[in-house]
Amino acid sequence: MEKQTVIEFRNITKRFGTSVIANNNVSMDVKRGEILSVLGENGCGKTTLMNMLAGIYYPDEGQIIIHGEEASIRSPKDAFRYNIGMIHQHFKLVDVFTATENIVLGTGKGEKYDLKEAKTRITAMSEKYGFHIDLDKKIHEMSVSEKQTVEIIKVLYRGADVLILDEPTAVLTPQEIKKLFAVLRAMRDDGKSVLIITHKLNEVMEISDRVAVLRKGEHVKTVNTAETNEKELADMMVGQKVTLNIDRPMPENPELRLNVEGITMVGNEGNFVLDNVSFDAYSGEILGIAGIAGSGQRELLEAVAGLHHLQNGSVTYINPKKDKPITFYHKSFERVMELASEGMLRYADGKDFTGKDADGRALPKKAIRALVEAGEIFFKEDEIINLREKTPLQIRELGVRFSFVPEDRLGMGLVGNMDIIDNVMLRSYRRGKSVFVDRKSPEELANEIIKNLQVVTPGTHTPVRRLSGGNVQKVLVGREIAAGPKVLMAAYPVRGLDINSSYTIYNLLTEQKKNGVAVVFVGEDLDVLLALCDRIMVIAGGKVMGTVDARTAKKEEIGLMMMGAAAQSENA
Amino acid sequence: MTHFFVAAISIATVLLYGCVGEIITEKAGHLNLGIPGIMCMGTAGGCLGVSLYMGSLSSPENASWILLVLISLLFSVIFAALLGGIYALLTVTLRCNQNITGLAITIFGSGATNFLMHSFIDRTHFEAAGKIVSASLPFADRLGGFGRVVFGHGVFVYIAIVVAIACAFVLNKTRVGLHLRAVGESPATADAAGINVVLYKYVAILVGSAIAGLGGFYYIMDYIKGSWENAGTIEAFGWLAIALVIFVLWKPNLAVLGALLFGACFIMYAIVNITPTQKEIIKMLPYVVTIVVLVLTSIRKKREHQPPASLGLSYFREDR
Repeated sequence: MEKQTVIEFRNITKRFGTSVIANNNVSMDVKRGEILSVLGENGCGKTTLMNMLAGIYYPDEGQIIIHGEEASIRSPKDAFRYNIGMIHQHFKLVDVFTATENIVLGTGKGEKYDLKEAKTRITAMSEKYGFHIDLDKKIHEMSVSEKQTVEIIKVLYRGADVLILDEPTAVLTPQEIKKLFAVLRAMRDDGKSVLIITHKLNEVMEISDRVAVLRKGEHVKTVNTAETNEKELADMMVGQKVTLNIDRPMPENPELRLNVEGITMVGNEGNFVLDNVSFDAYSGEILGIAGIAGSGQRELLEAVAGLHHLQNGSVTYINPKKDKPITFYHKSFERVMELASEGMLRYADGKDFTGKDADGRALPKKAIRALVEAGEIFFKEDEIINLREKTPLQIRELGVRFSFVPEDRLGMGLVGNMDIIDNVMLRSYRRGKSVFVDRKSPEELANEIIKNLQVVTPGTHTPVRRLSGGNVQKVLVGREIAAGPKVLMAAYPVRGLDINSSYTIYNLLTEQKKNGVAVVFVGEDLDVLLALCDRIMVIAGGKVMGTVDARTAKKEEIGLMMMGAAAQSENA
Repeated sequence: MTHFFVAAISIATVLLYGCVGEIITEKAGHLNLGIPGIMCMGTAGGCLGVSLYMGSLSSPENASWILLVLISLLFSVIFAALLGGIYALLTVTLRCNQNITGLAITIFGSGATNFLMHSFIDRTHFEAAGKIVSASLPFADRLGGFGRVVFGHGVFVYIAIVVAIACAFVLNKTRVGLHLRAVGESPATADAAGINVVLYKYVAILVGSAIAGLGGFYYIMDYIKGSWENAGTIEAFGWLAIALVIFVLWKPNLAVLGALLFGACFIMYAIVNITPTQKEIIKMLPYVVTIVVLVLTSIRKKREHQPPASLGLSYFREDR
């Protein structure tokens, strides 16, 4: 039996400003009792299209037909009237309210205000679709998954027949995703239409009945999931063949760069976030870190970067300085004297430099400066620097070349309201002795990043928060690489990025590896980890489960370790 | 001792009006630093009402209590709401910085009040009007000290308490209150839920300003019985009222007790025999306890005791 059409988009066009066309002449339909995936790369206009259904935006051209009649959805309120509800990626919930208060918010005009009655109704609904939720719990005490459940109930409570979910699985664990999908299926079987905005192919295949593919603002095709496969969808999505293999050269003369020994960190609730973690990172290789989200990957990188207080253990950086001249570019005068007194330095002819002359008298400051500036003082050995309990600034002052691509791009990596130049400057503003900051070289660098990484932006003066996720990430990674790191750490650098942007990032990381950088890469996708990295360290619950050779390891093996099983063979 | 309590309750009433008005405004996400000026403006409005009504009578003895109270209340509320309306227009519609707008409103309000009091307002019958407005229930004096403390006040004291409790009820037990709190916590959420954010903000600011304005009028007509010097004292009470909002953790019902405590702190210097230096120290007490409360709530970090999450922020719908 052909399913009844609920919503029809007819030639929808939406522009932002004069140059950006978010949706161009989109025509598609939504049927009753189906799960429809809206698939597309980042910035393909899928969220904009759905926002027009939810009343956040209003189309510039074209019509939305609901149940055969033209609808004008100018506000979220209008959307409710047409029984359309949207669950946004960033939840719209009031933190200090209980679940019930959030659910009834804005409903029941003219009725008696009775939370008890509302609770009974919500409980009945929860049982019908299989939700588990404590209705008296405050939102700020809830997990992400619970909050999402509240959002879904909120929409259902308003009598929505059409539910739009924007990237619902992005923040959930595999178990939570399973639960969510069960709920979505129950709703579909109840005759509701569920729209899922996503770019995860495997989930599309698993959950949806039909898939609408969007590319660059245009609707490519809507296909039945049963009649397609991941490869075909990916081709439609990107419009060109996707190279699925990542270039992976063998590491060349790997040298120990970073040694982490037995670090332990206690979290807010007194639990061990990191439990006796040890690993080594070598130059010219990519060390992957795999694990279920929240197993301590992020904290591990942050701890190494000097952002956390550690209970015990050591973090040592081996600076490849042997036989290289010491400079004031990376070292302060005090640090030079410290190294000299430790016997780390020598003259060009091999004699020890201790900052004293042959008679044991201290050399004048001026003379030492002149020697260093002339490049006549050399390191005897690689410099070994202890990083534990040092702040990020101290770490930098020690001359450690260390770059950190944090997970939270706009929170910890870049300042959203500042433009690309200013963000680039955050790395370089301490350079030079002038009172005025040097704006010229950051501007050149910003232009270089835009050119080399193909950042899509109106210009260097656009606030980075206005760029799409992929472009924001390119700016961040570009800046960190431009700092010329010896160790590059990246936590989920491709999270939320489309395939093309992801590949750009993978290639950047590989390039760094070829340049002799020790790359530490925390990833989610096991296939990517297996294709990109040289070694993969698996952690579970803050403990290292083992390290495997990425060239020979099996996916199932890593999967098992992520679940907490120790490595079968230590082969790396 | 009776005198002390009566005076403390009077000061508390001024503060309570200002505090409840500010709570309503802040619950909508607007930090209205214009409250001191708005309280002044409420004074000017109420006094204008009094002078118009008294001037229309052949003799002050003919004045009716109910008419005087109603007319002055109406004028006071309208004038305060008018100034609140300017604040609302600037901060809600034009999205100006709330702090700067508020300070401007306060400076304007107290200046305009000084001007009005010296020009358009006829203060000849203020003393007579003050006596009428502050008239207490006739049996209060017969009940001794207790009676005087509980019943020995003008009608505006009881209005203040009723308003505070009514506001607490509306905020916590009604749908309107739920919506208002949602607007102040997360306007985007409220907007997505189909709540008219702009309307709620406007109404909250206007109602809050109207309530606050009554505090200034009460001070002139009831507490100091119609005498007038300048708007400075009322402005000072306005700032104290804003501090009180933090002290009572944005709860109007707690504000009744908090205002009493602040009033007692404020008036303490008048009953104990002390040097001017000690007097100034005692006058500092309300601010000191406010700082202590701020420190304590910050340490405890309980989400329920924090200001509305979007306090002071303008709301743009199209922002992503």
